[in-house]
Amino acid sequence: MANQPPRAESLALLAKLEAALKRRGIVSDEEIELKRASADRANPMTGARMVARAWIDPEWRALLLRDGTAAAEAMGISMRGNPPLGVLEDTAGVHHLVVCTLCSCYPRAIIGYPPHWYKSAAYRSRAVREPRAVLAEFGTVLPAGMQVRVVDSTADFRWMVLPQRPAGTEGWTEDQLTALVTRDDMVGVTLPRVGRRESRAA
Amino acid sequence: METPNLAPFPAQHDLGGNPRFRCTPVEIEDDAPPDDFGKRVDALRAVLRDKGLITTDEQRFNIESLPEAEYFDLTYYEKWLRAVAAVMIAKGVVTWEELQ
Repeated sequence: MANQPPRAESLALLAKLEAALKRRGIVSDEEIELKRASADRANPMTGARMVARAWIDPEWRALLLRDGTAAAEAMGISMRGNPPLGVLEDTAGVHHLVVCTLCSCYPRAIIGYPPHWYKSAAYRSRAVREPRAVLAEFGTVLPAGMQVRVVDSTADFRWMVLPQRPAGTEGWTEDQLTALVTRDDMVGVTLPRVGRRESRAA
Repeated sequence: METPNLAPFPAQHDLGGNPRFRCTPVEIEDDAPPDDFGKRVDALRAVLRDKGLITTDEQRFNIESLPEAEYFDLTYYEKWLRAVAAVMIAKGVVTWEELQ
């Protein structure tokens, strides 16, 4: 199930399906292009800003934790057609990790396309069985005694993680804090840290 | 008459805790965005969803119903495409012959 190119027969099937739908006037190239552009625009910056603001503004934090969908809408993101968004608050004692064991459910509107590994059989099966081993593969080692809570995103409810604000960020602006938060932090496989090597996708 | 075994048997897509992948590392570098094919499938599905022609659950059901060999062999968006095509045929939106 690695990220391989599609087979020729799949390319042919897509071309035939598109042609049949267009012939009947059900879809147009323009509609498909619009959807594609809107999917391409969704990216982790939105989620990162939601996190950064929660670190600064207690009222916003309360809204975010109470109703993630409303918080995203308040950021100007249309959540129409999306299932409800829940936000999991990391604390000094509890770390959250998000997985979709059944497929690939993911809050795309606020963090973009899911990475391939999120959809992989290895991540889906192991995240609930041995989360600490999976976290270690991402280079994340939690302090001893910290509880790990694994939460399943589903077709009907999506989750993101609100990580703890890292040490050493006192007095930082919202923009600075936003730049610190990555997609993986909001899935819970990594933790935001000052000065980490930004080798993974933001 | 024997009492039937009522314990649920995990379906193929229900991977949580599945021991088959116990020793498979997570390919954390494998995180490129979808290729052109994947984005086309995704966009087509989104257009059809907005028009009320397919729901997430219909798509999900058709992916979960793929034969096991295909479920684990096809790429992610190849599975999506087969599911979308199956729903369009089942609803009579397009015909099977057109897709041959």
